Amino acid sequence: MTAAVHPREILIATIARLLEGTRHVAVGASSPIPAAGAMLRRALQEESGGAPLRLSILGSVEHNFFTNGSAELFDCAGQRRIDAFFLGGGQVDGQANINLVGAGDYPRSAPRWPGSFGSAYLYFVVPRVILFREEHTPRVFVDKVDFVSAPGVSSPHIHRPGGPAALLTGKALFSFDKARRGFALESLHPGQDLAGVKAATGFAFAHGEAPPATAAPGARVLALLRGRVLDELSETYPDFAAQMRSELAALDGVPALAS
Amino acid sequence: MQSDLRALARRIEPGMRIALPVDYAGVSMAMTGPMIRHGAGDLHLVCVPTGGLQVDQLVGAGLVRRVETSAVSLGEAGGAPCFNRAVGEGAIEVRDATCPAIHAGLMAAQKGIPYMPMRGVLETDLLAHRPDWRVADNPFAEGEDPIVLIPAIRPDIAIFHAPMADRAGNVWIGRRRELAAMAYASAATIVTVERIVDDNLLGNEMSAAGTLPALYVEQVALAPRGAWPYGLWGEYATDVGELRRYAAAARTPQGFGDYMAGFLKEAA
Repeated sequence: MTAAVHPREILIATIARLLEGTRHVAVGASSPIPAAGAMLRRALQEESGGAPLRLSILGSVEHNFFTNGSAELFDCAGQRRIDAFFLGGGQVDGQANINLVGAGDYPRSAPRWPGSFGSAYLYFVVPRVILFREEHTPRVFVDKVDFVSAPGVSSPHIHRPGGPAALLTGKALFSFDKARRGFALESLHPGQDLAGVKAATGFAFAHGEAPPATAAPGARVLALLRGRVLDELSETYPDFAAQMRSELAALDGVPALAS
Repeated sequence: MQSDLRALARRIEPGMRIALPVDYAGVSMAMTGPMIRHGAGDLHLVCVPTGGLQVDQLVGAGLVRRVETSAVSLGEAGGAPCFNRAVGEGAIEVRDATCPAIHAGLMAAQKGIPYMPMRGVLETDLLAHRPDWRVADNPFAEGEDPIVLIPAIRPDIAIFHAPMADRAGNVWIGRRRELAAMAYASAATIVTVERIVDDNLLGNEMSAAGTLPALYVEQVALAPRGAWPYGLWGEYATDVGELRRYAAAARTPQGFGDYMAGFLKEAA
């Protein structure tokens, strides 16, 4: 019998897997799940005696090396000193264009979202950008974004060492094929099926006939996640860590992987 | 203390370009009330590189013509209600940017040069809506290599909050170097601080390394807990509950007005 796993633990463990082989990962503001995934990757690499992973968690004091203000992240990224970063968006389309500005006709977008932050730069220069958006609905995953904060791919003459590597949602994991300019379904999270994910996605994507399930974390990974990672996370994201802990406590006695 | 802050606010003239820091770097929330009471409007706000509560309140108070920013939000408390409303109504002009473009523009001003090139940004709708940003060919490349040029951003006044200043007007900013970047680029900088110390901050190497020299600082005023409801690094945490109260209240213009009436009364 497998232990009960929280759906967000699947996301965190998947992010940790997507970060394999990185040396420096940066995580932007308001990103508790990516931060947890990066902390889990660091803990796993440390346990296995692998190369140390450096994390720069924006908003953290303990897990942040920057001393040159908010420009340093971008300077670092421009020199390939950052291997992976996370971006999201109010809209993401099938060519991995992201929109963080707003829906409808710009400039009077409705709704207006906060803005592009560093996406229009980091998406170009960070080699492994992981698109992360928990909400998986047709209003988020659209055929074409209303505003391109940052494009998924660039014309061949444009300096573009970075770009999207994967898209992780609350329902599934996709990879991105730069040549084909499209996503391919890698796996479905527990409780999801292909028809449901297709219905929730406003763009077409490549997929196999029977996509595999997203791997659930094993006991060793869960122990690290529920212990060390939540401890580390609570410095920057106390509310999120506390909520995870209380939901994990409530998992006892609940059927595994219920969604 | 409030009279000092009001004197600082009087430096602001209608139509000025005002640089304000990101919410975690040291926002002089203490200046927001005096700025609103002073009433100089038609402002062009430059968010370094994003904005939050202060920007939202200045927009809600009708003092803002244009916001140049990479984002405006209340962070954990959600979207910026007055800003979003003003954008929807077309009441303000937004110059949407991306964080490193703001840093590049300030850096150009700091160096006294007309522009700074930067990577990225090509084939975005940001670039499409920024006629002041240009694309040039990298003259050093062998082949085609388009690169975006960001014009210098020269604010009239930068305003921020810091833990301490000394009697000579040197301001300790620690590792929050964006505060220095704002000051270097701006014609004048006004600062509120938690406390004023007797020691010369440039007098020892440890504090000097994190000090913005008085050379760049026009005026300093005392404002304990002057970032509230934002936090100040090394001093106190953000009052997320207050941000949420504001976010809920400011969902309507009436609610914003009621909230600000209480806020301005406290600041009087």
